[in-house]
Amino acid sequence: MVHLVRNLVRKRDFYAGGLVIFFGLVMALKGPGYRLGTLMHMGPGFLPTALGIILIGLGIAIAGTAVTVPDGEDEDLLPANPEWFGWACILAGPLCFILFGSYFGLIPAIFTCVLVAAWGDRTATLKSSLVLAAVVTAFGVGLFSYLLQVPMPLLTWRGL
Amino acid sequence: MIETALTDLWYGFGVALQPHNIMWCFIGVLVGNMVGVLPGMGPLATISILLPLTFGIKPVGAILMLAGVMYGAQYGGAICSILLNLPCHPPHAVTCLDGFPMTKQGRGGVALGLTVMASFVGASWGITEMIFLSPILVRVALEFGPAEICSLMLLGLLAGSTLARGSPLKGVAMTVLGLMLGIVGTDLETGAERFTFGMTHLDDGIELVALALGLFGIAEFMNSINQVVSINAAYTNVRLRDMRPTKADVKQAIAPMFRGTLVGSLCALIPGTGPTIASFVAYATEKKISKHPEKFGTGLIEGVIAPEASTHSSVQGDFIPTMSLGIPGDAVMALLLGALMIQGIVPGPQLIKEHPDIFWGLVASFWIGNILLVLLNVPLIGIWVKLLTIPYKYLYPSALFFVCIGVYAANNDMFQVGETVVIGILGYVLLRLGFHPAPILLGFVLGPRFEENFRRAMLISRGDILVFLERPISAVFIGLCVLLIALQIYVRIRGSKPPIEIPTVLEGAE
Repeated sequence: MVHLVRNLVRKRDFYAGGLVIFFGLVMALKGPGYRLGTLMHMGPGFLPTALGIILIGLGIAIAGTAVTVPDGEDEDLLPANPEWFGWACILAGPLCFILFGSYFGLIPAIFTCVLVAAWGDRTATLKSSLVLAAVVTAFGVGLFSYLLQVPMPLLTWRGL
Repeated sequence: MIETALTDLWYGFGVALQPHNIMWCFIGVLVGNMVGVLPGMGPLATISILLPLTFGIKPVGAILMLAGVMYGAQYGGAICSILLNLPCHPPHAVTCLDGFPMTKQGRGGVALGLTVMASFVGASWGITEMIFLSPILVRVALEFGPAEICSLMLLGLLAGSTLARGSPLKGVAMTVLGLMLGIVGTDLETGAERFTFGMTHLDDGIELVALALGLFGIAEFMNSINQVVSINAAYTNVRLRDMRPTKADVKQAIAPMFRGTLVGSLCALIPGTGPTIASFVAYATEKKISKHPEKFGTGLIEGVIAPEASTHSSVQGDFIPTMSLGIPGDAVMALLLGALMIQGIVPGPQLIKEHPDIFWGLVASFWIGNILLVLLNVPLIGIWVKLLTIPYKYLYPSALFFVCIGVYAANNDMFQVGETVVIGILGYVLLRLGFHPAPILLGFVLGPRFEENFRRAMLISRGDILVFLERPISAVFIGLCVLLIALQIYVRIRGSKPPIEIPTVLEGAE
């Protein structure tokens, strides 16, 4: 039994199934709160609840079949060399876009977004990132502000 | 029947040849071709970035351009596979097997030249199929009630999720997750707010563009950052005159070209089997009927031509169920359908009748686009080859900015940029756990219509769930669903392996 469990928690599919079960549970538990109705007059909660139950079943099947198959090549949850810094940079890019776009306008938004994102590459230098950010900013302003007229001020100050 | 089809096609050319429509088509195929060449960028991400920018143009121009991106990327993907041995897009994975050896022998140019030819033949056949089959399908589909539509959608969803790559169980789970994401927001019938968790920004539901760019943009960048293999650009100096095949080459290529086309068009008729499967089947067929199967993999023309022809014939064929039934076969089709829905056009069998300009204009533009692509690919080959060498470290930050502005421009709403980031994280987690996120989009686009028709079918039948089995057409669809599931279980128990070794494909870049 202990062996079986140890075999299971090593498998990636075990966690994959777990995640699916989690989504299913959220839907199946929250669904009935929206009123189920009857089959003839379905309420807004009917389909979410049904889908949630199906998802739970699928999740159990995914996690369950993980026991029977031999180890695949890649059972680690994290890739061989995790790129925490790179991932953070990629996610920080759009966040910079939101922050600077809301308060300072399009130019700072593009510049910081590209600059921060470019930082994530291991071979990037400050100079190469700055040049790339400047080029993309010039191109982006030309295309989106002048040509396509996206309604966002180029430079503004909304206070903090 | 042939006469009406030709009249309609004539009308379609009238629409597609209007100057602004030609322009949109040209922009579409140009951008698509460019992106298809760039390693690590897929047509899905490109179409989603361009999607918000099409809100301002008329529906016809918008759909011509977005469809152009899609088949343009197919042409570009072949260049990437043959010259770099990099299967940027899954349908071209098999092309690498014989394409790259040809390049090593110095015949890469010939392979490219013949590929362009095969692609055009394949696409032309697919278009012809679309012209004649779509009206027939529509005539049948107009008789469908909600019960039939429901079972058909079920079949489409099941086929789209189980026949795609990866584990079928995980595929179905992703489809159901997509259906759930499609439910988020205000319920149209009762006005109840579902799964908004108190956020008023989510009242209108999750934005299609945010979902697509989160899954195929941000998640994809996270997956590829600092992982991209160094590009072997040793063989990329192809010039125009290298592309001219000899008479013997052409003679050798003609039969595989037509066989590939045929395989592709058959695959297009089975829901859910997209271009990727078509290309694998075509390669396997060539290998089976060849007199010297052991030579495959060493640079045989047949091994390049047949899969490419079948990919293109199946890509065009995939438009048939999408446009005539409103049921997309894969994520790209789902996205195109989503684009039409954003323009206020209701997909389904009535589309061809109500918007003939969209349907016939699209059909005609396929031909124009494919001719444009041949013209673009032959003389500009040098430029495309140069694009191959753009390093990923410049590519992804620029693409990330396009993602941000694209999502923002959809509704001028910063909240949705944040939504994209969250979906991106979720998408990466799913990728790491071995899920393929493409079926999510399928479920998301079909979700609301599925619920609507399911409710209606239940109302009409007075809550009798057996209605799906009592109506004959619906029963056939349900039977096919059961067959599909049974087949998957059978394959699983027998534990059969795919017949050909598949070169590793960049995850999710379909």
